[in-house]
Amino acid sequence: MSPILDIRGLSRHFPIHGPFGRQVGAVRALDDVSLQVMPGEILGLVGESGCGKSTLGKTVMGIHRPDGGEIRFDGVDIAALEPRAQRAVRKHLQYSYQDPGASLDPRWKIGRSLHEPLIIHTTLSTEERTRRVADILRAVGLPEGHLDLYPHEISGGQQRRVGLARILTLHPKLVILDEPTSGLDVSVQATVLTLFRELRQAFNLTYMFISHDLAVVRMMCDRVAVMYLGRIVEIGPTDQIFETPRHPYTRSLLAAIPRIGGKRITVDFWLKGEPPDPGNLPSGCRFRTRCPRAEAVCAQEEPALVAIGLQHAACHFASEKPA
Amino acid sequence: MTELLAVRDLTLGFRTDAGLARVLDGVNLTIDAGQVMGLVGESGCGKTTLARAVLGVLPRNAAEIAGGEIVFKGRDLLKFSPGALARDICGRAITFIPQDPYGSFNPVFTIGTQIMEIMKWKSPRRVTGHWSEHAPLLGPYPAERRRADMETVVALLDAVQLPQPAQILRKYPHELSGGQRQRLMIAMALLPEPDLVIADEPTTALDVTIQAQILGLIRRLANERNVAVLFTTHDLGTAYEICDAVTVMYAGQEVESAPTDRFFAAPAHPYTGKLLASLPRHDGEVAGIPGEVPNLVRPPGGCRFHPRCERASEACRSGKPPAEMLDPGHSVRCFHPVRPAA
Repeated sequence: MSPILDIRGLSRHFPIHGPFGRQVGAVRALDDVSLQVMPGEILGLVGESGCGKSTLGKTVMGIHRPDGGEIRFDGVDIAALEPRAQRAVRKHLQYSYQDPGASLDPRWKIGRSLHEPLIIHTTLSTEERTRRVADILRAVGLPEGHLDLYPHEISGGQQRRVGLARILTLHPKLVILDEPTSGLDVSVQATVLTLFRELRQAFNLTYMFISHDLAVVRMMCDRVAVMYLGRIVEIGPTDQIFETPRHPYTRSLLAAIPRIGGKRITVDFWLKGEPPDPGNLPSGCRFRTRCPRAEAVCAQEEPALVAIGLQHAACHFASEKPA
Repeated sequence: MTELLAVRDLTLGFRTDAGLARVLDGVNLTIDAGQVMGLVGESGCGKTTLARAVLGVLPRNAAEIAGGEIVFKGRDLLKFSPGALARDICGRAITFIPQDPYGSFNPVFTIGTQIMEIMKWKSPRRVTGHWSEHAPLLGPYPAERRRADMETVVALLDAVQLPQPAQILRKYPHELSGGQRQRLMIAMALLPEPDLVIADEPTTALDVTIQAQILGLIRRLANERNVAVLFTTHDLGTAYEICDAVTVMYAGQEVESAPTDRFFAAPAHPYTGKLLASLPRHDGEVAGIPGEVPNLVRPPGGCRFHPRCERASEACRSGKPPAEMLDPGHSVRCFHPVRPAA
């Protein structure tokens, strides 16, 4: 099976400007990122804030222009396409924003927001559009009366559903979900996650699931990629990543999740410090300044992703058995 | 253990255009000295309002306190004059750690200026009854006390594991990361040597690894200094990590309160059970809670959870259930609690 999305060596650097507009450096938000997404799978993308996971999603969508590398969607390099051709591709590639409340126009009724993508991307008549909007509204579990409400009149969970409905009316193939459950209460989060699953079945979707909540990622995703300061440090099947993490950073992320009924992490959490300034990265391995395992070689050479079974990890000591 | 804070039957509402929103409906809560109490609930359940009521910072023109009392060290805070509350309680005996470490500093002053401003008024070394209390703007800050306070500040910044405290005091808020700012907030809350710290979702804005560090820090400092903490959160995992006891609120009523281990092992209220079942699990099974949080302007009568509860009966609709003690320290407000199969 060929991947639906194939990212190779993707880079995106944001310049840092000094006095008089001179460029004095760059934040390497994405640095030589490669990954594949297979049709029908859910790929999780996790990492701390500022690690580049949203930048990756937005670069794939064409919101950011890549500085290097290629993005192949269904075999076509979409980064190199003309804007008009890109727009045609974008119908199949959709992005669900982190804050659904802010991404809906506050002066438009829900109905108008749902019609808009159909007006832009299709040539359907008004009746056909109305029918399609009613269908999609039913699919995401909203009553029809909501078409005449404004975004502020519905709850956060319902706004999330409207955001999804807006995307799904176009029948996309790949949906990038950017922090789809942040800001939701657990009870609402549970219903929204169930909805994501049902919709994937119903519409034959592939998800790229960007989140910092590892418990949600573990539940939802088939494969997980862990990012740290613009690089993928580990990628592999969810079970293996969570059971035998190879990269020390993945291990620390997993150790930081509070586990009800388990040992309390606050007693002996070992990861110290905070991520370094992304505009001024340490030499060699980016994680070495916080890594308990770091040795001299880590400061000199940047480790590449190496395969260990189905897992890939970028660490000089990846093949060692975790303690 | 001695009771530090007792909220009894606190009922209050906010005047809105649609009518009076009954945000707290007869809430009870007790915290012992040195105890970390978690206050858990979904957004809009009134946990922040309760925290603010204890701190005495509710908007005076909109909040309407209908009844109840907040007894702190044997005195009812609701009977204090605003001046006395500001002088002796707020920021002195009860301090606050905010949710958002980004918006809580003034961006145009250095960290040091802002911390010393707290110490000028709220330092434990400050002599009470001085004439300057009646003319605050003329209040002197004696150099001797200032030096001693400065030493305390540097020592505490060290205790919250901030590197190079003296340099940090000269920096502006934007030069620090979110984790560092939250550490400063914790230090600022502990500087007046309070008896109770109210932490309002102090880790929601932070990453998991930083969250783990901050939670460990709060827990350790609270134990070392014998400070009680009222820790509001919507994350049950966080509550498990740090709290000695947990109180759950739903739509302005407290529904269950229990020591942490018992709370997670044997939840008795149907809402608590459903909340725990909503957490994502490895095997992928997850159950949400159908329905929506009720409108607080016209809340359902009796137990406010009854429209979403499958155990609800006629009794639940007509009257609010009394608090029932299932075990020492474990109280539940439900006519049909889930009893552990014994």
